[in-house]
Amino acid sequence: MAFVAIADRDHEQEHHDPHTFVSKYIWSQDHKVIAIQYGGTAVLVGLVALVLSGMMRLQLAFPDYFSFIRPNEYYQFVTMHGMIMVIYLLTALFLGGFGNYLIPLMCGARDMVFPYMNMLSFWAYLVSVIILMSSFFVPGGPTGAGWTLYPPGTILPGTPGSDMGILLMLLSLAVFIVAFTMGGLNYVTTVFQARCQGMTLMRMPLSIWGILTATVLGLLAFPALLVSAIMMIFDKTLGTSFFMPAVLSMGQALDHQGGSPILFQHLFWFFGHPEVYIVALPAFGIVSDLLSVHARKNIFGYRMMVWAIVGIGALSFVVWAHHMYVSGMNPYFGFFFATTTLIIAIPTAIKVYNWVLTLWQGNIRLNVPMLFSIGFIFTFVHGGLTGLFLGNVTVDLPLSDTYFVIGHFHMVMGVSPIMVLFGAIYHWLPKITGKMFNETLGKIHFWCTFLGTYAIYLPMHYLGILGVPRRYYAYGLSDFIPASAQSMNVGITIAALFVGVSQLLFIINIIWTLTKGKPAGSNPWEATTLEWLTPDTPPKHGNWGHNLPVVYRWAYAYSVPGAALDYITQTDPQKGGDIEEGDHGKH
Amino acid sequence: MSMWTLVVALVSALVVWYLLARQLMAQPWLADGEVGYTPDIEAFASPAKKVALFFLLAVISSLFALFFTAYMMRMNPAHGDDWLSIPKPDILWLNTVLLLASSMSMQWAKNLVNHQSGKSPLPALIIAGVFAISFLVGQLLAWQQLYNIGNLQISNPALGFFYLLTGVHGLHILGGLYVWARATIRVFMGITTPSINLSVELCTVYWHYLLVIWLVLFGLLLTT
Ligand code: HEM
Ligand SMILES: [Cu+2]
Repeated sequence: MAFVAIADRDHEQEHHDPHTFVSKYIWSQDHKVIAIQYGGTAVLVGLVALVLSGMMRLQLAFPDYFSFIRPNEYYQFVTMHGMIMVIYLLTALFLGGFGNYLIPLMCGARDMVFPYMNMLSFWAYLVSVIILMSSFFVPGGPTGAGWTLYPPGTILPGTPGSDMGILLMLLSLAVFIVAFTMGGLNYVTTVFQARCQGMTLMRMPLSIWGILTATVLGLLAFPALLVSAIMMIFDKTLGTSFFMPAVLSMGQALDHQGGSPILFQHLFWFFGHPEVYIVALPAFGIVSDLLSVHARKNIFGYRMMVWAIVGIGALSFVVWAHHMYVSGMNPYFGFFFATTTLIIAIPTAIKVYNWVLTLWQGNIRLNVPMLFSIGFIFTFVHGGLTGLFLGNVTVDLPLSDTYFVIGHFHMVMGVSPIMVLFGAIYHWLPKITGKMFNETLGKIHFWCTFLGTYAIYLPMHYLGILGVPRRYYAYGLSDFIPASAQSMNVGITIAALFVGVSQLLFIINIIWTLTKGKPAGSNPWEATTLEWLTPDTPPKHGNWGHNLPVVYRWAYAYSVPGAALDYITQTDPQKGGDIEEGDHGKH
Repeated sequence: MSMWTLVVALVSALVVWYLLARQLMAQPWLADGEVGYTPDIEAFASPAKKVALFFLLAVISSLFALFFTAYMMRMNPAHGDDWLSIPKPDILWLNTVLLLASSMSMQWAKNLVNHQSGKSPLPALIIAGVFAISFLVGQLLAWQQLYNIGNLQISNPALGFFYLLTGVHGLHILGGLYVWARATIRVFMGITTPSINLSVELCTVYWHYLLVIWLVLFGLLLTT
């Protein structure tokens, strides 16, 4: 039996058709509602992180002008901004949001296999967010240790929030990891066990491949963060010395002795680097689908794309110490990690070529999702290229902890995934809401965001090469920083505020869609994949009405020669109609 | 040090590889053969709950592998030269026997439901639970004994790790006991459905797994 989806139809979980408002929208076990809950919460905290970045930029452009930003606050803003963006926004939105929405729909399942656990996952995530936010209101405020939370500074007085703040941060991370694990087990099991008839692994859309691989990475990598969080909590509260070396703090010798801050760095980055790909792989997968749909062409080199996703995922576990070149490790280590890091460039470059080749001679529809997807190719190539610089030990040493790094990672894991997220939201909004968004508003939003982020981050590379350090509240009297750097900082800040404010266009567009949007119909993009073939739009509880779909072909049958339409859906039983692709097809 | 993490990464890569290799040679874009072929799809021939349990065990393995790696790295003088081996309470040997007995009783319960002998698994389940609870009590006594020694410094990583690792392992046992309690109550109320059999089976897998983790952990503690 192929479609024994919901926990093998166990009697206790048999049917959970929701009846009341509360069971439908609040304590919901429906993957689509949970996806929206996840997504909405993630966007809300994301806005907090955005406001924090605006305040940092204000301080950098107009030092000491704003009395509410003192050094302590600045460090707290940096830390909370970084952590929220990476974990509570991007990870939650891609996996909790899109993972939840897309997996059952694209695989042809009625729901996740464990709907109840799925619901718990969201509520635990919400609790983790509340714990994190509450740290703004405790004495001492949130931690200001930087999102990497390096000991010993993190838990020593002198770092803002080194009492309550850091404990709440660690607790919140632990709860998040539990939430993620409950969700992740669901995603993986659903993909493996609950696909509809005919949906072989190699017929799955790349979105699912990206989400699946990212989830596996998360399941294996988040424990490293949990281990370091638990050990740090012990060091802080019980006086153990896992990470804490002998320290003189404010003239007093502390009880700690002999601990190893480097051990923490290893654990943190054993999680931290895969985390980059937990965010990137779903973006890779989703953008592949958007490009293919809106270029009316099959994705170029499908099987290569799958292998690249899986290969990048596996490699991402053996590169972590490229974040630690300046930690004084053995040079042979540096050599090893530089090599593995550069090897990852190969599958990554393959993916970029394949995206570009998918566009080649496509029948491109330059609509909003497509614009964001093409924007992603630009930002990702830029971020990726600077990554090659930083991957080399000798180049990294002078650039480490400068604005070059800030520019690099914002391009590659800040802006690029955000481009895909916006593209994906615009792409699936007609399915989620049943209504079409405002195209013009969407295009304005795209150009403001795309050009604006370039105006923010390109100059940062230049500042970095000048040697402007990151995580500095003010630069003081540093001879090597020319006065012109300050004017550049003003420019960057203006661009940042502009980008920040222009995100209102997005929110306005969502509201516009919900109130004024025209009905979108069930398949407005003329796409092939299952989520567009539901009997109702938006899909009802159970997704498929009476009968589950049956899949006859892969997800990319666009512009098939001889076919009546320029797309053939996955459920269409007609014979023929798959493209023989130039690079592998037999002729 | 990084050997351990490398091994974990490699093993997980191999697992992924194995899972995929079965279907990854497909050429979905080809017209002949592929289109119209509608196989039943399940990557594994097990119920979803069992598949999920195995993924959960992978997560827990990652967790413990990382704890053990951290343990061994911290022992290395390069990461602090203050490791002082601590005495290991003898009661740990007794606890090991208790956990072994608990695991065996679980297996007994599983055999009963599997063979559909008509005999209730209830006694076996209860015995397994009692052994597991006594294991936990024994671990607490071990903590007590260490605490009573008195002159041990918590800043000594050997002691910190002792509490930490036994504690984390104990929490996993507690989690198992929660599932065990739910299954046992349902058996007690006379419910006999396939889902009970599955619960008993999954509990058994989990019990054996935690026994193995304990044996590795105990070995690590004894030898360091
Ligand atoms: C308009 C959007 C954004 C602006 C203006 C912005 C600005 C900044 C600034 C000014 C810093 C601190 C630099 C310093 O003093 O060290 C920073 C740090 C950071 N940002 Fe962003 N950012 C934005 C979006 C994002 C996004 C989408 C991500 C998601 C990955 C992100 C991740 C981070 C991280 C991880 C840090 C490092 C925090 C730390 O040093 O501990 N940012 N950002
Ligand atoms: Cu990295």
